[in-house]
Amino acid sequence: MSNATNTAKKGGFLAGTANYLDERVGVAGILKEFGRKIFPDHWSFMLGEVALYSFLVLLLSGTFLTFFFQPAMTDVIYDGVYGPLKGAEMSIAYKSALDISFEVRGGLLMRELHHWAALLFVAAAGLHMMRVFFTGAFRKPREINWVVGFALFVLSMAGGFTGYSLPDDLLSGNGLRIIDGMIKGLPVVGAYVSSMLFGGEFPGHQIVARLYGLHILLIPAFILIFIVIHLFMVVIHKHTHYSGPGRRDDNVVGYPLMPVYVAKAGGFFFLVFGVLMLVAATVTINPIWLYGGYDPSPVSAGTQPDWYIGWADGALRLAPSHLEVTTGNYTWSWNILLPMIVLILLLVLVAAYPFFEAWVTGDKREHHVLDRPRNAPTRTAIGAAGMTFYAVLWAGASTDLIATHFLLSLNNVLTAMQISLIVLPIIAFFVTKRVCLSLQLKDRETVLHGRETGRIVRLPHGEYLEIHAPLDEHEMYKLVDFIDHRPDVARPNSQGKITVSARARAAWSRFFFEDRVTPVTATELAAAHHEHEALEGSETKALH
Amino acid sequence: MASLNRKSMFSRRRPFAAALVIAAGLLVTGGGYAAATTAVKAQQDPTVASQSQIDLGHKLFLANCASCHGKNAEGTKNAPTLIGVGAASVDFQVSSGRMPAQASGPQVQVKEAVFNDKEIAAMAAYVASLAPGPAIPTDAMVANNGDLTRGGQLFRTNCAMCHNAAGAGGALTQGKYAPALTETGAREMYEAMLTGPQNMPVFNDANLSPKDKKDIITYLVYLQQHPSVGGLSLDNLGPVAEGLFVWIAVLGGIIAITVWLGAKSN
Repeated sequence: MSNATNTAKKGGFLAGTANYLDERVGVAGILKEFGRKIFPDHWSFMLGEVALYSFLVLLLSGTFLTFFFQPAMTDVIYDGVYGPLKGAEMSIAYKSALDISFEVRGGLLMRELHHWAALLFVAAAGLHMMRVFFTGAFRKPREINWVVGFALFVLSMAGGFTGYSLPDDLLSGNGLRIIDGMIKGLPVVGAYVSSMLFGGEFPGHQIVARLYGLHILLIPAFILIFIVIHLFMVVIHKHTHYSGPGRRDDNVVGYPLMPVYVAKAGGFFFLVFGVLMLVAATVTINPIWLYGGYDPSPVSAGTQPDWYIGWADGALRLAPSHLEVTTGNYTWSWNILLPMIVLILLLVLVAAYPFFEAWVTGDKREHHVLDRPRNAPTRTAIGAAGMTFYAVLWAGASTDLIATHFLLSLNNVLTAMQISLIVLPIIAFFVTKRVCLSLQLKDRETVLHGRETGRIVRLPHGEYLEIHAPLDEHEMYKLVDFIDHRPDVARPNSQGKITVSARARAAWSRFFFEDRVTPVTATELAAAHHEHEALEGSETKALH
Repeated sequence: MASLNRKSMFSRRRPFAAALVIAAGLLVTGGGYAAATTAVKAQQDPTVASQSQIDLGHKLFLANCASCHGKNAEGTKNAPTLIGVGAASVDFQVSSGRMPAQASGPQVQVKEAVFNDKEIAAMAAYVASLAPGPAIPTDAMVANNGDLTRGGQLFRTNCAMCHNAAGAGGALTQGKYAPALTETGAREMYEAMLTGPQNMPVFNDANLSPKDKKDIITYLVYLQQHPSVGGLSLDNLGPVAEGLFVWIAVLGGIIAITVWLGAKSN
């Protein structure tokens, strides 16, 4: 004890504090564990960080907004400073949102910051998800973390939508009306669920307060829990890295968290915060004062949800009309049910993909070295097809703006999108797969024969040759270090029977790996080098 | 002493008196001039057009409009009759550049006006002389001194489903659209409501009273004169424009930063 006091005195205040904490909470062990965590350097590893930082900005700006926002739907007469609404009847929620915009110091900036940060949060999370997908970072042992990330993406959409509906302006009310319509389209339970959610017939006097509770308590709490799990798993699994010399499935090559990444990540947080602040200060988002308070009778042209709900709105718009079927007393609104089924199916496919791919490949190994997208052609093609499908649904939400801005017929735009929704993903699949295979062939060529130098040499007997330079080790690793799966055949099990599942797996395996380009083997490389040396030798001899 | 001063002040020989006389003279002549010009303006009211104006309008009509609307404005299979459409309709279509139409299509486009004010007034007078119809609204009718709040409410209830709640415009079926109202003049707005051009319904005076129309115009002119308080407006197109902005500009900018941070130092 006296020993410890002595060292504290010697080291001054900092060492004293460190010692105090270490004796009570074992901070040295924690620091040793976390401070030595290695993170590899690559720009694409920072996309998830962008989402995390946007979420921090959301928490900060959102807390500010709760000081002033009142989630009540009681009618009041507006007597604030915004001229065109003076004397108008509106809900307290809308009035307080207007007061935040016009009368609270810094209120409009905070409102816009919160909204922009929300859009960026979901966008960065989506992009991060794409990075993880296309590099195969979801493979064992990270399948569960993919599902956690997927849950975060769905929660962020829920958080965004509940927030969008809070100001109780015309746009948010129109959005809620669509949700109400979707709920009422559900068979049997629809009308009951709608009535319970809205506390009676839409819009009622309850919905804003209920959404507020979800928006500021339940959803952020869940997002926070899932973020903690997500990051905890990153620590457990360690970070993935791209292939390179000395980078293997059982190590991580990069810099330690302390001090390099703490400084880098800290700086990056302020950069993201700064960009968001700049945008919030200079670009309008959701000008609720233009829309007026919600009133169920007016519906504005060009009513759209925020971008992350756009794909759902698009699905509703692209669904063919006249799909209602009446059985007895009940109408089945397939024009609503069909898009809902498509949306849920797409989400399920996204969540389940890692398990599906693991089943197809039968690969039980741990993977910490990432794939280059071209080296997993079928996965990349599936991803491209999925993205195209999502993108068409997404664009479907703005059929009207596409029509007016490109002077097209709204009806034609809609029909073209309906066709595109089916055709474009198929085209995207085949084109992407072929592009990946071609790139792999090109890589093979480069590995075997080196990089083209552009130097043309004429031999004495008149032949022209281009000199190829051999690749350095870093480039070489990038091009040859990838996993080569082969199509599996269905094999009989212990009872000597070939099960249906084995047959299905074999079929999928063929679909995935039938067309493949094998990585260059050491023997091939040696043979190619030999040939080159012979050639270079003869050339040098000839030149001398 | 005081009485002397007073006397001198009103004496015709004092310079101050001269100034007073000039001021009084200016007041009388100025007032008279103003009264006279108002009288002239009243005479220029298109409902009381002179015969020479109608003749000029007729000539312009034959040269520029008759090929589609018929020699006697009776209409052809390409264009409707103009008998009874009134001066307001002519003024709206021609002064906004929609007529003469450049090409047939789902909707006639706005372009630079082809005729000057005098010529437009003459054509309006000619068409008005064919049969009674809605007249061009006076400046007082379209002044932006109506009830702003009521105008906003009327706009959202009657106009927003096509023109968008922020007046940013919107799509209609088969290539038709409701134009944005961000540049539209006050008189043009009134005439559009009165005559229902192209795909727009007619909002006659029983439907929206002249006061209602004035309130709506007051609201729209307010929006035109007050730029967005939140910064760049992104044309008030709403979440689609915001979504594109966040993906392209914001996320794009941040990716540039990540590339910078992830780059190997030399």
